[in-house]
Amino acid sequence: MTAPTTESSMSTSSRAEVCAAAIADAFADDGEIFASPMGMLPMLGVRLAKLTSNPDLVISDGESLFLGGTPPLFAKADVVEGWIPFRRVFDVVAHGKRHVMMGATQVDRLGNQNISAIGDFARPKRQLLGSRGAPGNTVNNRTSYWVPKHGPRVFVENVDIVSGVGPARAKAAGPGASKYNDIHRIVSNLGVFDVKGAGDTVRLLSVHPGVSVEDVVAATGFALTIEGDVPVTREPTESELMIIRNVLDPKNLRDREVPPVEAGAK
Amino acid sequence: MSKPREKVMTIDEVVAQLSDGMTIGIGGWGPRRKPMALVRAILRSDLKDLTIVSWGGADVGLLARAGKIRKLVYAFVSLDSVPLEPNFQKARQEGTIPEIVELDEGMFQTGLYAAAQRLPFLPMRAGLGSDVLVNNAWIKTVASPYADENGDFEELTAVPALKLDVALVHLNRADAHGNATYLGPDPYFDDLFVQAADKAYLSCEQIVDTAGLTVDTPVQRLLISRMMIDGVVETPNGAHFTLCTPDYERDEKFQKAYAAAAGGSDEDWAAFEARFLSGDEDAYQAAVAAFHAELEGAK
Repeated sequence: MTAPTTESSMSTSSRAEVCAAAIADAFADDGEIFASPMGMLPMLGVRLAKLTSNPDLVISDGESLFLGGTPPLFAKADVVEGWIPFRRVFDVVAHGKRHVMMGATQVDRLGNQNISAIGDFARPKRQLLGSRGAPGNTVNNRTSYWVPKHGPRVFVENVDIVSGVGPARAKAAGPGASKYNDIHRIVSNLGVFDVKGAGDTVRLLSVHPGVSVEDVVAATGFALTIEGDVPVTREPTESELMIIRNVLDPKNLRDREVPPVEAGAK
Repeated sequence: MSKPREKVMTIDEVVAQLSDGMTIGIGGWGPRRKPMALVRAILRSDLKDLTIVSWGGADVGLLARAGKIRKLVYAFVSLDSVPLEPNFQKARQEGTIPEIVELDEGMFQTGLYAAAQRLPFLPMRAGLGSDVLVNNAWIKTVASPYADENGDFEELTAVPALKLDVALVHLNRADAHGNATYLGPDPYFDDLFVQAADKAYLSCEQIVDTAGLTVDTPVQRLLISRMMIDGVVETPNGAHFTLCTPDYERDEKFQKAYAAAAGGSDEDWAAFEARFLSGDEDAYQAAVAAFHAELEGAK
């Protein structure tokens, strides 16, 4: 167990903070592209990356403005460096200089994602948002997924409806679909994954501190690709923790999305 | 001096131009700058069997709950701060919309472009490999006639034109002839909607002189030209409860009440309808004012 006894120490990172750093790492090598986080933890992670590993990232207010600075979560005022109304988002998607991190109500063994509906499409058990931009994102620009609550009903053998296209399906649809398909990372509250296992399957890259490989396997509804010893996700550095706690998320909104793991519990 | 024709109408005169079975495109985006006064007028009408084309918000939810939609073309339906639109969810889960066309949101734009340019389709990647092409088997792919850098002739989605009979949009300011400006940060796709339609009707917060359109805002905000517009209606607060920045933001308190009623019992919805949707637009706006006065009074 990694939970230390010195609760007040800056170096005691919460699960949400580990997730934020893992999300930041997913954007670290992107260079000067539009980082589009959907949801709170992705926004925190992207802004953390912009303040640390990748200052060239282009970020927006989630509506129509590119922000020149790196404001705290949900802050309004900032220097504006560009205009990105919805129509121009579509232009950037097609151009490709974008990395989106979307949510996923379901994600399957082949890295397909569903945000459309649960059940049969003609008469769903539960209607969700609709496929939004997932079909276009996944065949045009780098796409990652964030899952705040990892469980067997999210990580399923086959998604009910394919909104986001995994690499195997993209290849089957031909080079028009596969040449820009780039499912980069899946970050959950338990670990980090990619879709580069044998046969384009979801592969476990690391488990968060305090989580075992067995925990992840038990919470996943399909056979994960696991190669050798699985490393532990890195903990945020002291300076990353300072940025998260004092600059980007002083209200600690992150704990609402990923509750702290109690010491001694998993 | 000769002047272009004036097109000022009432809400009811706009709705009188619509007929059963029409394909109607609704501008705005999700819970943003929707022509809600016109949507409410459709709710009050006898219109039926409509095909609704919308990046959807409460416009879709309300029309679905009223049983007005025979076919729905959408990429998402969301209220943002309430992610899942309860009336839309209910309609889908109970199967009350006979025909469903769920597209990728970029395909939706491409389909409007194709219609606006009088093309049968335009190619794009979105849709390939996804269930959008499985659940809409009528949407075909097309092979590029040109080899790519690898010598492949790429197969691309042939996004069909989203041809509209009528477009309904809401902007901040317009003149009596149909020239119009948006004053918020995003034009959305209202110019595309009106160009994809045979007839287009524009509601606005305020009708001003033509010269007034650019008196306090840059010319680049003149999104819509009168040659695309068939009627103009002044409907102050007409996008309520969606946002119409900078005239007003989204009415989150009202939206919460709407979502609670829509997601509640049949009685909850009947009470909401009786309170807000049983009268004309003036009655609606008065009921909204009373709703807020009541909230204030409860403090």
